[in-house]
Amino acid sequence: MRAYTPKDDVQAKAYYTDRFYVAPQVPKQDVADDAVFAADLEAISAKFEVKESFIQVGQMVVYINANDIYAVLELMRDELEYTQLTEMSAIDWLAKDNTFEIFYQMLSMNKRKRIRIKYFIENGQAVDSVEKLFRSADWSEREMFDMFGIEANNHPFMKRILMPYDWQGNPLLKTYPLEGDEFAAWYEVDKIYGKEARDIIGPELRDTARVDRYDSNRFARLGFEVPKGTEITDDMEKTVQSYQEDGGVFLITKLDKESSKVIDDPQR
Amino acid sequence: MAQIKNRLTPFFENITFDRDDNELVLNFGPQHPSAHGQLRLMLHLQQEQIVKAHPDVGYLHRGMEKMAENMIYNEFMPTTDRMDYIASSSNNYGFALAVEKLIGLEVPRRAKVIRMMLLEINRLMSHLFWLATTALDIGAMTVFLYAFREREYLMDIIEGYCGARLTHAAIRIGGVPLDIQDSFLHQLRVFLNKLPENIKDYEDLLDTNRIWLMRMEEVGTISTEMALSWGCSGPMLRASGVAWDLRKEEPYELYDEVEFNVPFSDKGDNFARYRIYMEEMRESAKILYQVIEMYEKCVDNNETALMAHAPKYISAPKLDIMTQNYSLMQHFVLVTQGMRPPVGEVYVATESPKGELGFFINSQGGPYPYRLKLRAPSFWHTGILTDLLPGHYIPDVVSIIGTTNIVFGEVDR
Repeated sequence: MRAYTPKDDVQAKAYYTDRFYVAPQVPKQDVADDAVFAADLEAISAKFEVKESFIQVGQMVVYINANDIYAVLELMRDELEYTQLTEMSAIDWLAKDNTFEIFYQMLSMNKRKRIRIKYFIENGQAVDSVEKLFRSADWSEREMFDMFGIEANNHPFMKRILMPYDWQGNPLLKTYPLEGDEFAAWYEVDKIYGKEARDIIGPELRDTARVDRYDSNRFARLGFEVPKGTEITDDMEKTVQSYQEDGGVFLITKLDKESSKVIDDPQR
Repeated sequence: MAQIKNRLTPFFENITFDRDDNELVLNFGPQHPSAHGQLRLMLHLQQEQIVKAHPDVGYLHRGMEKMAENMIYNEFMPTTDRMDYIASSSNNYGFALAVEKLIGLEVPRRAKVIRMMLLEINRLMSHLFWLATTALDIGAMTVFLYAFREREYLMDIIEGYCGARLTHAAIRIGGVPLDIQDSFLHQLRVFLNKLPENIKDYEDLLDTNRIWLMRMEEVGTISTEMALSWGCSGPMLRASGVAWDLRKEEPYELYDEVEFNVPFSDKGDNFARYRIYMEEMRESAKILYQVIEMYEKCVDNNETALMAHAPKYISAPKLDIMTQNYSLMQHFVLVTQGMRPPVGEVYVATESPKGELGFFINSQGGPYPYRLKLRAPSFWHTGILTDLLPGHYIPDVVSIIGTTNIVFGEVDR
């Protein structure tokens, strides 16, 4: 039987996976193993519901409720010394269970510890902006909105950041193909010439190795190459170039190109 | 075919327009020579003073995170070169380290030493480039020429190692592909011996230069709170009074075995950042001298391994592949299908020349990362312009952009 592949994930898949292959796990440690993390977790769980927590590769991961995020980060910043939000973004699980996983990567410089706060939201649900706590979230949340279409409530400027303002679709969704969708393929043509010009202009050539051998604009003499030094002008008359200005050049009253002598030897 | 002009609806493509309150909107970029890439700034001006700044990025967006989701891990390595293309080995390294942490690999010591050499050479290259371009923006053409000359030597050394000057792809997951060439250490030593006088030359030209000081001192001051809140890292953070260097605080490779200082300043202005770049070059040279010794010890101890031994993830050395059937089979599978790291998540931050370069990888056990988030320091160093520029004057914009040391390959990814 063929393995089931979700139709709403169009990213590259392994073309062969052994039927009996069981992927190993990156080990998870108990939070109690690390005194600093344990104390932090206690402070968080005293006020908020913690769904799951563990340490993975030296960093604590804490799952919380989506609507607690502002208060949790405020607590972490003001009381637990996690002074920097280094990174935040989302992971697309729409194909699996129609959710997004949002992560906030926190850094405490005093404790030299990093914590990842995570929660799940449903597709279409908005997150609470933490831009008031960490200015860095201003751009991160915009990027997340741009890439996944996840809006942040109370964000001062919820606009696309990397893609053009008039773009359609969210590139990092698993449903968005790597080479772009139809809108992306015709974006420039539609915008500059109009949809009706699609037939005239034709689709973009995506084959980078393609060479049109009769295109003498970009590939001169392609297919008709000659050895170096070959005379290719066929006794054509040289174009006489004269850079005399209309009204004549200052100080030069009369210039006769034919009778003037060009000094070739700069040393003379 | 004629363009229908009305179809083009430029946002702010006209240079300026007045508003009722006499506020002028100036569109700076995206092709401004001192914007260090494709940065577009929309500046609201009262006379020459900026009242509102709106940086617009994305002109170099290539969707690297999307590409990563569609590439096997080793395939993605050359793409990381194109992030911070001024110091591309540091991006290679950040990615390699993240995958190694995910897998749980231990890299051989000799490879670590070579990696550290490459990283510090890249740091020097990046800082020299920064100095050159910023000085050029301010008008100090001489410094530009000098600094580029020195950078050229380093590029030659790197070219000798990996064949590329800008996009190195010199580091592999699990180690380094090659040992350094014979002339490497000699060339590096010659360079390092000369470097102190070179730095002295730059400083003689700049430190007491009236114009340089006027453009740098008390301009673009970032407070500690602002730097932390905006997620600043690297020299931007250290200039604002936080002595935080990941090489010291969360040591990776052999940085805990070398001695170096972390220069920092509590001034937070352009000049503080300039001083930090200069001091960091000296520290890098200090590290490189120690790393050269470490390398020679490796040679003496006959530690020859350059790639980690992990047949599930890393191909065997070429000699084995060419002589042993099983190694060849492993290699074939790893090249055609790609390695499959365990299921899990990792966020690894390294100190790139620009700041904290982080790689977040979510692996679902497949040969493609399920999600890869690139945390590029310049992204936030561009964002901070929103809050930093208001109150400054137009000439300050150029010097502030200069000292933030943003690279747009990394901002837009």
